[in-house]
Amino acid sequence: MIIDIERFLRQEKPYWVELEKLLETLESDTFHTLSLNEARRLHYLYQRTSADLAKLRTFSSKPDLRQYLEVLVGHAYSQIHENRARPLRLAPFTFLLRWFPQAFRRHVNAFYLSLAITASGALFGVGAMLLDPGSKEVLMPFSHLMQDPRERVAQEENVKEDRLHGSKAQFAAFLMQHNTKIAILALALGMTWGVGTILLLFTNGVMLGAVATDYLVAGKGLFLMGWLLPHGVVEIPAILIAGQAGLVLARGLIGHGDRANLRIRMRNISEDLVCLIFGVGALLVWAGLIEAFLSQYHEPVLPYAFKIALGLSEWILLLLWLVWCGREKDAQHA
Amino acid sequence: MLEERYNKLTIQTPEGIEFSLLLAGPLTRFLAWILDCLCIQLILSLLASVFRFLGLLNLDVASALFVLGQFVVGIGYGIALEWLWRGQTLGKRLFRLRVMDEQGLQLQFSQIVLRNLLRFVDQLPLFYLLGGLSCLLSSKAQRLGDLAANTLVVRNPKPERVDLDQIATGKFNSFRPHPHLTARLRQRVPVEEADLALRAVLRREQLVPQARVELFDNLADRLKEAVQFPEEAMEGLSSEQYVRNAVEILYGADGSHQR
Repeated sequence: MIIDIERFLRQEKPYWVELEKLLETLESDTFHTLSLNEARRLHYLYQRTSADLAKLRTFSSKPDLRQYLEVLVGHAYSQIHENRARPLRLAPFTFLLRWFPQAFRRHVNAFYLSLAITASGALFGVGAMLLDPGSKEVLMPFSHLMQDPRERVAQEENVKEDRLHGSKAQFAAFLMQHNTKIAILALALGMTWGVGTILLLFTNGVMLGAVATDYLVAGKGLFLMGWLLPHGVVEIPAILIAGQAGLVLARGLIGHGDRANLRIRMRNISEDLVCLIFGVGALLVWAGLIEAFLSQYHEPVLPYAFKIALGLSEWILLLLWLVWCGREKDAQHA
Repeated sequence: MLEERYNKLTIQTPEGIEFSLLLAGPLTRFLAWILDCLCIQLILSLLASVFRFLGLLNLDVASALFVLGQFVVGIGYGIALEWLWRGQTLGKRLFRLRVMDEQGLQLQFSQIVLRNLLRFVDQLPLFYLLGGLSCLLSSKAQRLGDLAANTLVVRNPKPERVDLDQIATGKFNSFRPHPHLTARLRQRVPVEEADLALRAVLRREQLVPQARVELFDNLADRLKEAVQFPEEAMEGLSSEQYVRNAVEILYGADGSHQR
């Protein structure tokens, strides 16, 4: 119980002000690290202010002072009891060469599931095109794919002028932002217990399967590979990884077989989800550039062999990146 | 108390101290979001003018940068500001809202990114209907993005400054010579009642005479139940003067409670 409130205020106020200043320094500079003495002082000030707040609770008046101390104690609490690693400075190379592939491998089962869903969608697309060629109208994602593959290939191979002249960068930018939005949606739909992510991956697979069947049946497999491989080997895995992130989120939400509560489950995966989606963003930037600057040019401008070889080498590099990069650090993580 | 009308989240520290956070409702958050949308539009129109100028040099690159700029600003606005201003965007600042960690811990970058990316599902099917519903139904007023990122949006109400001249009786306060009783008054009167008495004193001129007399009679009776002052301190005091004396004691009209 406080008998003399004025004296109490006179005596304690300097400690509150000191704590407030210390917290301001800590919060304004994310990378500030405390010396041992500073850390001890922070702990002392936190405990003293907490005790003052407890004393003030027995006191009926001064609600504004109580509110002030509650805010102060709340801030100090967040500094003292936080045990997650401090955010690191912007480190794009560490991110790309270590964190992203590690996060991918930690949740590789979700990737396999994402792949399986897309593959079943693709099989459905193949089946639909073979059994009911009339369904092409419904299955094709873009209007220019409605054309007969033979006609399109003939047109593309006889193009005299560069259709994308003066708009390649714009086209690349459009592709990057469009595909990244789809990828973010695949992640975000994980919050629908994964139903939205599964549907998105499946329809994506259906379209892929339908387009591939259409060209293969028409005997234009070489054109298809030359057209799709250079950007597809990056773009398709990127969407699969976004789906993987969505499925990881869904699993965190459902929590089947996990004793931890929702808060802990989400806390455990949040950094990996962000790593995955940033990695997907980086992949889609690359895929957008390739699709706009390379994929739309066919023989005789660019030989199919070159395009296919480029696609295959990208695929091998991507595989090595995801499987090998940051591998020696995995054991430490585990 | 005003705060009672709002949802609260109380956090107990291992030291046994409790502090509470006032949770923001969907309507205030929606208004803050509208303001943020206007800010984004403003930034985009500025970008458009810059890129129009750049377009004179290379139209293709300028258009590409504009398309990417639109996308980055649309998604990055919330992430960048919430990271730089510790949980606040411009809209949240104006409406005194702040994003916080669910446990009152430090807000992490991954939490900010996640809650902002999940807007894609919160804004489905339109106008944040899903997010708004989740906010209404969740006990901590969280939209789906908040649930995934373990964050919540709290209100930081501005501490009310008390008009000291209104409280001060302007003359001798007969309670002051009894410090042990004034201390007991401070201890026994609950915060809610002290607040009620203060508001009554501040608004007394707005009341019709009869209501004013009745209100102060009631309040004085409540306060008298808490502490009995001796006869000489009560002599010639009307109920209203009694309440004003008590409020002056409770709120320390010497100004010491002002930070």
